[in-house]
Amino acid sequence: MRLRLIAILVLLLAGCASPDGGGDGRIVLRFQSLAWQDDSVRATKELVREWNATHPGVTVRYVQGSWDSVHDQLLTSFEGGEAPDIVHDAADDLADFAHGGYLADLTRLLPARLKAAIPRRSWDTATFEGRVYGVPFLQEPRVLVANATWLRQAGVRIPTPEHPWTWPEFRQVTKELSGGGRYGVAWPLKEPVSATLNLSLSAGGRLFHRGPDGKVAIRFEAADEIVPRTVRDQLAADGSAPRTTLGSGGSDTLPGFFGGRYAMVPLGFSYRQQIAQQAPKGFSWQVLPAPAGAGGLTQGVSPQTLSIAQDSPHKKEAAAFLDFLLQPRNMVRLALGDWMLPTGTEALKDPALHTARDGWATGTALAAHLTSAPAQSVRGYPEWKDKVATPAFQEYYSGAIGLDELRRRLERDGNLVLARYQR
Amino acid sequence: MRTRAATRAGQYAALLAYLAFLSFPFLWLLSTAFKPPRELGSLHPTWIPEHPTLANFRQAFDEQPLLRSALNSLLVALAAALIAVCLATPMAYVMARRRTRLARAASGWVVVSQAFPFVLVIIPLFLVLRSLRLIDSQAGLVMVYVVWALPFALWLLTGYVRAVPVELEEAAAVDGAGRLRTLVSVTAPLLAPGIAATALFAFVTAWNEFFFALVLLKTPEKQTLPVVLTRFIGAEGVADLGPLAAAAVLATLPSLVFFALVQRRIAGGMLAGAVKS
Repeated sequence: MRLRLIAILVLLLAGCASPDGGGDGRIVLRFQSLAWQDDSVRATKELVREWNATHPGVTVRYVQGSWDSVHDQLLTSFEGGEAPDIVHDAADDLADFAHGGYLADLTRLLPARLKAAIPRRSWDTATFEGRVYGVPFLQEPRVLVANATWLRQAGVRIPTPEHPWTWPEFRQVTKELSGGGRYGVAWPLKEPVSATLNLSLSAGGRLFHRGPDGKVAIRFEAADEIVPRTVRDQLAADGSAPRTTLGSGGSDTLPGFFGGRYAMVPLGFSYRQQIAQQAPKGFSWQVLPAPAGAGGLTQGVSPQTLSIAQDSPHKKEAAAFLDFLLQPRNMVRLALGDWMLPTGTEALKDPALHTARDGWATGTALAAHLTSAPAQSVRGYPEWKDKVATPAFQEYYSGAIGLDELRRRLERDGNLVLARYQR
Repeated sequence: MRTRAATRAGQYAALLAYLAFLSFPFLWLLSTAFKPPRELGSLHPTWIPEHPTLANFRQAFDEQPLLRSALNSLLVALAAALIAVCLATPMAYVMARRRTRLARAASGWVVVSQAFPFVLVIIPLFLVLRSLRLIDSQAGLVMVYVVWALPFALWLLTGYVRAVPVELEEAAAVDGAGRLRTLVSVTAPLLAPGIAATALFAFVTAWNEFFFALVLLKTPEKQTLPVVLTRFIGAEGVADLGPLAAAAVLATLPSLVFFALVQRRIAGGMLAGAVKS
């Protein structure tokens, strides 16, 4: 009886263990991709297959990662020396890895073609202290997804990237559209900090100011007030935005949008995939640019990035694979699969991105205005965001505190946090 | 008489309400799994899908290797449960019956060891497993799950062993039974509910566990179901809700089946009672 039990245990463990493959002289690169929509996974896998078919000496092994817990998973892998050679992540997650020495500086590794293909403003999102730690390749602006029928019937001016609404005009329009239990806009502000800061660039807000000594200080100035004040006025003074969506994610607002309760919802550009899939038959929707201010249509973004692990023994080959993967036509395939925009200038010219269908043309017209959020490269930003800014903005939007208290918390408490990282 | 009937009716009503409360998430998940995308975005969702579809299940199976990852999860969870029970049972017996300093220290350590959050141990654990060449190995994952489940399993089983009156073992000894015979014929049957509960706990813990599996397993063919399920969730928490619900229903079933199989032993053992003390 006892022998039988031991045998079962041994068999179970033997069944679990299996030898690791590879090791026949070929270079094997592990590429951890975070592609998740069916089309983008398929496109990425196809591109890996194409590479492997044309590069017999360097095999790329596709490893499926997940956006959920990607930071912790990568950190553990880096610390343990088991990280993939090529890492897919987002620009706002790279600062800690770059400072920790886990990522290779790509400045000399990348070919001139790839460097020239992506504009400076996009490179800035993945550049820390003059070194490039990731190739920004996909990005998405925040847009207004609108109920086209409602807006048309209300007779309001429809904004375009050439003639966007100003923030005061946007507030006025949402006021006109509201009434009878219906709202002009629903703000899904589960993550209020990135939404507020990224949109505030359009009003000329910067919040994070770098001095000549390289140190960053937080100053909540008049331009930084415009977006939060507009949202608060819509919520509290005008009644043109419901309070109930303040704690919601973008997807949570869609039933109310489809049900005719909200005329507009500010969402990331890639939400269009979900809208196209879930919208009731006959529901007419359109994509509008976010309002503009002193900064024009400028928005902060955190593009998806591809990096090379510092521990990878095959950095040159990994860089060659990135060059292949991010050829303009390939970038377009990846962008279409994820319903996002490519960063590449040449890729952005692709006709598929200029069609009016599903709002592609409007989003593509905004690409030139997407830039790195000033906070992105600031050390201590994640802690400031979690401990200071998120609760402060949540309380401000819910009406618990006023603008002065918001300013005091962002500046005084925020600068204390940043000071610890800048000694 | 009438008062007693009213009380009984009230008790049943409360029980039904509690049951509804507990089963609500699973029933909602079940309903979501059979809804087409347009119903998922409806402002007035219904319990029964208006146009039920299997498309979510088809899509879930098409997009992700659910069957393979479910088999991986089953293998890992069964192995972890079996090993945890085999290790915890004799250890718990000794800790309950021998009141030595070592046993008391071990009990204390069991309680303390549960205080460490996994984020604290994951990097050292990763390094240890790497030096043992157990990264990207399901055997390594089983070891982690066993170690992770062991403190609570020990604590749980020690309580069960203490509940078995030592007089029963003494009576068996008086009747001429040897140590082994006493353990096998007297103690083990009375411990069956505890063993079943421990196995269930270890199985469900391993079956549901996500982070260790995410960090330790690299090869797609070896990955477990919770890791594969997160692939239906994209950046900023946007989820492919229909296929995710369909896959989650499938992921819930083995736990339910396993519980259905062992719950009779747990309940039966509790109700059986051993002796009048």
